[in-house]
Amino acid sequence: MPLPRLFDLYRLMRRIRAFEDAAEVASQGGVAAWGLQASAKPALVRGPLHLSTGQEAVAAGVCLNLRREDLLTSTHRGHGHTLAKGANSAAMMCELFGRASGTNKGKGGSMHIADFSVGMLGANGVVAAGIPIATGAAQALKIRKLPHIVACFFGDGAVNRGPFLEGLNWAQVYQLPVLFVCEDNRISATTPTGAMTAGAGVSARAEAMGIAALKVDGNDVQAVDAAAASLIRDIRAGLGPRLLHAVTYRFKGHVSVDPGTYRDAAEVEAAKRSDPLLVAQHQLLAQGATQADIDEADRAAQAEIAHALQVAEAAPWPEAQAAYDDVMSAGDGVWR
Amino acid sequence: MSLTTLTYAQAAALALQEAMRADNAVVALGEDLGRGGVFGQYRGLQQEFGRDRVIDTPISEANIMGAAVGMALAGLRPVVEMRVIDFALCAMDEIVNQAAKNRFMFGGQGRVPLVARLPIGIWSASAAQHSQSLEAWFAHLPGLVVATPATAQDNYSLLKASLASGDPVIYMEHKELWGVEGTVDTALEVKLGQAKVMREGGDLTVVTWSRGVAPALQALELDSLDGVDAEVIDLRTLWPWDKAMVFESAARTGRLLVVHEAVQVAGFGAEVAASAAEATGCRVARLGAPRIPVGYAQVLENESRLSPEKIAAAALALCDARR
Repeated sequence: MPLPRLFDLYRLMRRIRAFEDAAEVASQGGVAAWGLQASAKPALVRGPLHLSTGQEAVAAGVCLNLRREDLLTSTHRGHGHTLAKGANSAAMMCELFGRASGTNKGKGGSMHIADFSVGMLGANGVVAAGIPIATGAAQALKIRKLPHIVACFFGDGAVNRGPFLEGLNWAQVYQLPVLFVCEDNRISATTPTGAMTAGAGVSARAEAMGIAALKVDGNDVQAVDAAAASLIRDIRAGLGPRLLHAVTYRFKGHVSVDPGTYRDAAEVEAAKRSDPLLVAQHQLLAQGATQADIDEADRAAQAEIAHALQVAEAAPWPEAQAAYDDVMSAGDGVWR
Repeated sequence: MSLTTLTYAQAAALALQEAMRADNAVVALGEDLGRGGVFGQYRGLQQEFGRDRVIDTPISEANIMGAAVGMALAGLRPVVEMRVIDFALCAMDEIVNQAAKNRFMFGGQGRVPLVARLPIGIWSASAAQHSQSLEAWFAHLPGLVVATPATAQDNYSLLKASLASGDPVIYMEHKELWGVEGTVDTALEVKLGQAKVMREGGDLTVVTWSRGVAPALQALELDSLDGVDAEVIDLRTLWPWDKAMVFESAARTGRLLVVHEAVQVAGFGAEVAASAAEATGCRVARLGAPRIPVGYAQVLENESRLSPEKIAAAALALCDARR
C-alpha cells in the first residue's frame, strides 16, 4: 500500500478516536445508570453515547473507498462512520451537545447523527433498521441510473433480526449496489454475540443467498481497505451486493457510562494490544514513516477536536419553538 | 371538468397512473403488483410503466416499508402496498421509528414523501387477522398523515393529494369499498384536512369516515329517525382533521355522534368527541365496534360491523338524552 494512503487511513482513525475520547469525557456525570452514581456536574453530552473506540479501522477502511455522492446508513454506534463519510467534526460535536448548530439542529443527538450533505443518511436507534433503508436507497440509485453505491453498516447483533434476512435477500433479488458491512465487535450490548448466534457466521448467511462475502481482521485498516476496495469494485461494476465481515473489538462499554465490568479484564487488555491505531502505527513505521510524522498526525487530530469542543460549548441551544419544526407539512398539530 | 364513472379501486388506479405519467420519481412497490394488486387497484400499471417502477416484491413487509423510506430519501416518491393493514404490523418499526420520525430527528435534512396503502376493514369473511381498522394507531403518531377515503372521488383526489404532500401518508382504503362505483371529476382537488358535509341538518352532527359514511346516510332513511334532521360529515382525513368544520357543526347542533368501524375503545372517535366537547360544550356519543377480534361466522362478524340500525339507535339515544 502506498504510504500516503495508509497515512490517510491513520489520520482518519485518529480523528475518530480523538472525537470519541472527547465526547466520552463530555458525557461523564449526570447519568445514574450502569451502577454509576450521578455526578453533581451536568454532562455536556446528555444522552446515550455509544462509542466505537477500538473499531475505527472498519469505518476508515470502508469509507475511504466511498465517494461523496455514495450513500451510507449507520448504527447507534455511528460517529466513526459519520466522520469518515466527511461530516464536520464541530457540527457533529454540536449535535452531541444538543446545540442548534448541530448536524441535526440538536434534534437527534449521538444516536441519530446524520449528515445528508455528505450522503450519511443517519445513525439509527434500532438494531438492523438501516438495512432495509439502505436497500431502498440503492434501488432508487439503480432506478435513477445513478452510478453511486450505498454502504450499509450494522453490528453482529443485527444478523439475528428479521430485516437482515429481508434486506440481504432483497438486495440480491434486485442486484442492488450495496456493500453490507458487518462491523463485528463480538458483543451485543452486554451479551457475547457468539452465544446467541447459530451457524457459521454472517458470511455464511450472506453466501446462502448468493452474496459474495469477505472476512477480514477489522483491526487491520490496510486489510479492511483492501477488502472494501475489492468488493466495491465489484459493486460499481454492476455485479450486485457484497458483504464485508470485519471482526473487531469494542474497547468500551455499551454506552459511555457503562464500565463494561461484565467482560473479563484480561480479554479487554489482550484486545487493546491489537488496537487498530497501534497496528497502523507499526505498519507506517515499517513502511518508512517517521515517529514525528505520526506525532504530527496525532497533534492535528487533537487540535481539530479541541476546536470542535470549543465550538460546541459556545454554540446556542435550540429555541423551544424548534420542537414543532420539521414534524410534517400537511398537519402540524395547529392545522387551521 | 372531466367526469367519469369509476369504481373506488379504478379511481385510485387512475390517480396513480396520472401521477406516474407526470413524474418519473413516482414508483409503486409491493407484493403481486404486476398482476394488478390483490384487489385490482394496480391493474395495467406494470404493463405501462415497467417492472422498475411497478415493483413486485418478496413477502418482506419490513423491507418493503424500509426500502420505501430509503427510496424516498434518495429521490423517489414511492407508493407502498401493504395488501391489508394487518400485514403492516410486520413493518411497524419502519413506519413508526423510521418513516414518521426521519424528517424531525435528522433536523429537517431529508423528507420521506411516501404513500403507504394499508387497506382496512371487514370484508369477505376474512376474520381476525384480515379485517382490522387500525387508523387510530397512526393518527397517534407525529409525522404521519392519515387518509381514509370513502368514495371513488375521494380515492382519486386524496391519493393525488397524498402523493403531492411530501410527508409519509398512511393511506387506508376500505376493502369493502373497492367495487363501489361513483362519479369522479378528475379536475377536483381535495386538500388533506378538508372534511365534507354529506348531508346538512340541524338536530345533531354525525362525524364518520371510510366505511362508516354509507350506513350513516342510510340510517337517516330509517323510520326510527323520522323527524331527526342530522348533519353527516365525512372526515376524509384523520390527520390533519377538519376541526373547524366539525366544531362549527357541533356548536350549531349541540350534539355530536362519532361513528367508526374500528374498535370504539381508544378509537379516533374518542379524540373527535373530546375535542369537540372541549371546544363547543356539545353533548357527545361514540359508536364503534366492541373490543373483540372480528369473528369469521356471519353472526360473529356482524357484532363488529356497523349498520344503519346501530347508527340510528345511537343517534336516537343521543337526541333523547338531551330532551
